[in-house]
Amino acid sequence: MTASPAFLPTTGGGPVRTTPVDAVALEARAAALCTRSIKTTSKRAALHTTIRCIDLTTLEGTDTPGKVASLCQKAIKPDPSDPTVPSVAAVCVYPEMVEHAVEATTGTGVAVASVAGAFPAGMSAPAVRVADIVDAVGRGAGEIDIVLNRSAFLSGDLGRAHDEIAAAKDACGASHLKVILETGELGSYDQVRRASMLAMAAGADFIKTSTGKIPKAATHPMILNMAEAIRDYADQTGVVVGLKGAGGIRTSKQAWHHLVIVGETLGSAWLTPERFRLGASSLLNDVLMQLQKLDTGRYSGPDYVTVD
Amino acid sequence: MAPSDKTPEPFGIDYAPAPESTAVVDIADGYGHFINGDFVESLSGATFATVNPATEEHLAYVADGSAEDVDRAVAAARAAFEGPWGQMSGSQRGKYLFRIARQLQERSREFAVLETLDGGKPIKESRDLDLPLSAAWFFYYAGWADKLEYAFPNRTMAPHGVAGQIVPWNFPLMMAAWKLAPALAAGNTVVLKPAETTPLTALLLADVLRDVDLPPGVVNIVTGAGVTGAALVDHPGVDKLAFTGSTGVGKAIQRAASARRIPLTLELGGKAAHIVFEDSAVDQAVEGVVTGIYSNQGHVCCAGSRLLVEESIADEFVERLMRRISTLRLGDPLDKNTDVGAINSADQLQRITDLVATGVAEGADLHQPGCDLPDKGYWFPPTVFTGVQQSHTVAREEIFGPVLTVQTFRTAEEAVEKANNTPYGLSAGIWTEKGSKILWMAEKLRAGVVWANTYNRFDPASPFGGYKESGFGREGGLHGLAPYLRERTGAKGRGA
Repeated sequence: MTASPAFLPTTGGGPVRTTPVDAVALEARAAALCTRSIKTTSKRAALHTTIRCIDLTTLEGTDTPGKVASLCQKAIKPDPSDPTVPSVAAVCVYPEMVEHAVEATTGTGVAVASVAGAFPAGMSAPAVRVADIVDAVGRGAGEIDIVLNRSAFLSGDLGRAHDEIAAAKDACGASHLKVILETGELGSYDQVRRASMLAMAAGADFIKTSTGKIPKAATHPMILNMAEAIRDYADQTGVVVGLKGAGGIRTSKQAWHHLVIVGETLGSAWLTPERFRLGASSLLNDVLMQLQKLDTGRYSGPDYVTVD
Repeated sequence: MAPSDKTPEPFGIDYAPAPESTAVVDIADGYGHFINGDFVESLSGATFATVNPATEEHLAYVADGSAEDVDRAVAAARAAFEGPWGQMSGSQRGKYLFRIARQLQERSREFAVLETLDGGKPIKESRDLDLPLSAAWFFYYAGWADKLEYAFPNRTMAPHGVAGQIVPWNFPLMMAAWKLAPALAAGNTVVLKPAETTPLTALLLADVLRDVDLPPGVVNIVTGAGVTGAALVDHPGVDKLAFTGSTGVGKAIQRAASARRIPLTLELGGKAAHIVFEDSAVDQAVEGVVTGIYSNQGHVCCAGSRLLVEESIADEFVERLMRRISTLRLGDPLDKNTDVGAINSADQLQRITDLVATGVAEGADLHQPGCDLPDKGYWFPPTVFTGVQQSHTVAREEIFGPVLTVQTFRTAEEAVEKANNTPYGLSAGIWTEKGSKILWMAEKLRAGVVWANTYNRFDPASPFGGYKESGFGREGGLHGLAPYLRERTGAKGRGA
């Protein structure tokens, strides 16, 4: 598609433009960045930065206050035997669990994020979705993860998709808004690029790849594509928007290649929890095992890190 | 390590060194010519040195071939052609080529490290491009060796005899593979002359040829500079010539070949236009332009050295381009994260330096990222010239270095006119999301290869070669096999 729509940022200024994306060349560039060899001091730095950027997540129907408390403990002190290992950025839970998470993390620097807005499909009435957000904020969530209205977006009703995000942003108040594009459902890199611009123009503080509920998620080319959209938005408006990869990130190597892609596209300044997050549940333990390997020279095994 | 020492700096893109080990490579003190299956010294005893261009460190002494050495090599090739190789079935020849391909794959790390040491190119390129493509070329032509009747149906084809092949220093092993594979598949024997600054991987290939039991004399390698090459070109026992290199030398070779009326393939210089339209996928176009001119330090005959960008996006595009260039990592070619390596030789560095100085003197605007160049070795930073006119020297002469000129155009017709306004015609690139525009442009561009929404992509099944002063004949595909065969009338051909 060559006719790319322009979006009017809610923050003011002229319309922002999107550019077409060539899928083959985008994937080739991502693959090239994934050949970066991260060794020794860079590897330790990458592992620490990965932990500092993790949104440690549990989004199961079976979640309990006890499980959330255990997750929070892990988030605050990922490796009790090594005090240099930093805390993660946030824990990410369902609204029902927010108060338990807030209780466990207050004063630790670990933020509490909640999914809201009829996560993961978003297929509820707009008023219900806004009420869900208001509820989660009221429970103490400092960060709100909502989904893009894919139904509106894919049917071409970009105005509605945009306005619903803007309404969500209002409902968030002082809490940060992350907008999940659910890239695996958008069908092309072009559409993802367009949805990224739309979400940023509507007021997203972060754009996020996926819910983690469908298989195709935070791939390296997708992160590259969205990082380029964020750079274009910053160029055109001066507004800094963060990036969150979520879904399918399980290994340290995947994670540090995400860092490489974001760092080489947006600059090292983007590699902080304020601008970059990795939503994951099992990634943290792999990073801890890699850190232990750096210290001891051998892999320990899954029984030497806690399963929370 | 005490825990307090372990808190690292935040991760950044100034990666820690990640050097590839050189332990896999065993460089001898000296190398002879590879003639009739053995390494032999020059009859004169003369040698020359080859150095690592990234450090100026001495690597090895290499035999300097004279006309007498070439004569020995041609005699060996003739004997092999009259003898075992000429009698051999196509499927047998193919077996040898398959073996060579597999050996290249198995020893690819060793070859890649040696290529980088001798030539200065980044290890990630020798590892991910030169070696895989070299092996792929042998695999591809191995498949044709027993199928010549099907490749050229209803014609009886026969090899020429002894092929003389001269290859350049920019892709030393890969260019040898491009030339050897079709020649051998067709049933010729070969005398190959590698470039004098980068002879080592061809000589390591000789080791492979012995390991796979290729009959002696089928491939002979004579090392040396221009004098050696001229002796090969002028040798009356050579039945077919193929040369990749500069247009100046190519013209001299054409004179010699035409005097003896032997067939010739020339793959010469280029000054390719890389055309970016307003409706292109801009980020991927930037990437394509960067790899098009800065990969292998611009030592690429088909390098996209002239950027033609549609005026409406020119400023923005150049800004994106400069930002991207500022992230290129220049330095130790053996480091796995190096993007831009060393210039191949002191002579080439001088040529690039002189041409860039001419560009500045003629009034073009020079842009270079502020990157530190190593103290030792031959280095030149990625360079962009804006404000370039069609008449500027830097827009007309092949620089063969990491130097890009930027010009603008308003209409597709103007882009075509500027792109074609060069004595060269090797390659061109087009970036647009509009398919009909790609087809329209490709038809009008006078270039042997036109890439659309990609650049510097090679495949053994795809013919490569130029128009005008970029040469003639094709390498790759059936087009690359045909120049190594002649049509016989009457008798049923042997071989296949």
